[in-house]
Amino acid sequence: MIIKILGAGCSNCKKLYHNALLAIAEKGIDAEVIKVTDYSEIADYNVMRTPALVIDDKVVSYGKVASKEEILEFLN
Amino acid sequence: MLANIFTWFNDGFLKMTWLGDLVDFILTRIFNMTSNTVFYGSLSFFIFDVIKIFLLLSVLIYLSSYLQTYITVEKTRAILSKFKGIGANIVGALLGTITPFCSCSSIPIFIGFTRAGLPIGVTFSFLISSPLVDIASVVLLASIFGWKLALIYVGVGLLLAVVGGTLISVFKMEKYVEDFVKSGAIIEPMEEESLTSKQRRQYSVDQVKDIVKRVWKYILIGVAIGAIIHGYIPQDFIEKILGSNHWYSVLVGVFAGMPMYADIFGTLPIAEALVLKGVGVGTVLSFMMAVTTLSIPSIILLKKVVKNKLLYTFIFIVTSGIILIGYIFNYVIIL
Repeated sequence: MIIKILGAGCSNCKKLYHNALLAIAEKGIDAEVIKVTDYSEIADYNVMRTPALVIDDKVVSYGKVASKEEILEFLN
Repeated sequence: MLANIFTWFNDGFLKMTWLGDLVDFILTRIFNMTSNTVFYGSLSFFIFDVIKIFLLLSVLIYLSSYLQTYITVEKTRAILSKFKGIGANIVGALLGTITPFCSCSSIPIFIGFTRAGLPIGVTFSFLISSPLVDIASVVLLASIFGWKLALIYVGVGLLLAVVGGTLISVFKMEKYVEDFVKSGAIIEPMEEESLTSKQRRQYSVDQVKDIVKRVWKYILIGVAIGAIIHGYIPQDFIEKILGSNHWYSVLVGVFAGMPMYADIFGTLPIAEALVLKGVGVGTVLSFMMAVTTLSIPSIILLKKVVKNKLLYTFIFIVTSGIILIGYIFNYVIIL
């Protein structure tokens, strides 16, 4: 599973990255978390509000820092 | 009757006259300070302004964030695509006032608008008005300088956004946008989840925390500078550089404001102190506008998506607009 955090390195992106790691650890799954900071690539997901969370190339949340609980739900 | 309610609201919530009295009471009665020293003037300015700005800011961000949960960037884009010509610029500028965003989002918005086929000039109208005029800063402006100046600020800010964006369209600047901005995939916008009112409240509270965390430093620095100007910088010194009777004062204001990276909230206390020292309203307005629209970090961001020619055109249009606004207020409109 590939999880992407879209956002050009603002503090909220770091929080989301952190929450994603927590969610993965809690669920005990094997997933790779990638930070996407390139604007062109962010735009390819048609996201205008960062940070955004992409799970297996599907945008599941944007414009907010999804909590660990929310991310767990997306993973299910 | 209505006027009385307005005055009560204005003095109590916006000017917070009671807070000024309270600060004076605590300083003179509890700390036994004498109120006629320079230090006292600076100190009470600092305490009063810090408390007032943080209180107002929190309430205002909460309210405008709540409103934003209804008018998102995605909806803005959909609305804008229905308008044509200068109408689109006007709507873009208006929507910019109610859809603020963190400056790190301005580039994704720029790309998102452009890929959806919005004219570049319309996007610029939106991008100029968004940091320049927003509900929170207008109410703060009203609390410090009164409603008349606040409304005029809104008016000229919107005008600058509409004219600036229109000129960028007139000069046919489309070709100076970086290729990756135009060429990428157009994915249908993700469906927006409809929020419950609890989620809207939660979002607004998060925004308040987030923005206060981001801007508190600028506010403290801004108020501190304002307090120093208020107490320690001699009036004739300031009048010599920024007095409204000098032809160069507006230029000094604009070029001093450009390299500053601050929020409008941090700039307001400086502006307040300057006006109290007799600086022209036009000079102060153009200083504030330069800080918010032309800061170097935001220009660096913009440079990632547009070619130099468009970047320079944008800087030139906005700078000359701001300077013009400054002169008009100093010489034509006497408030």
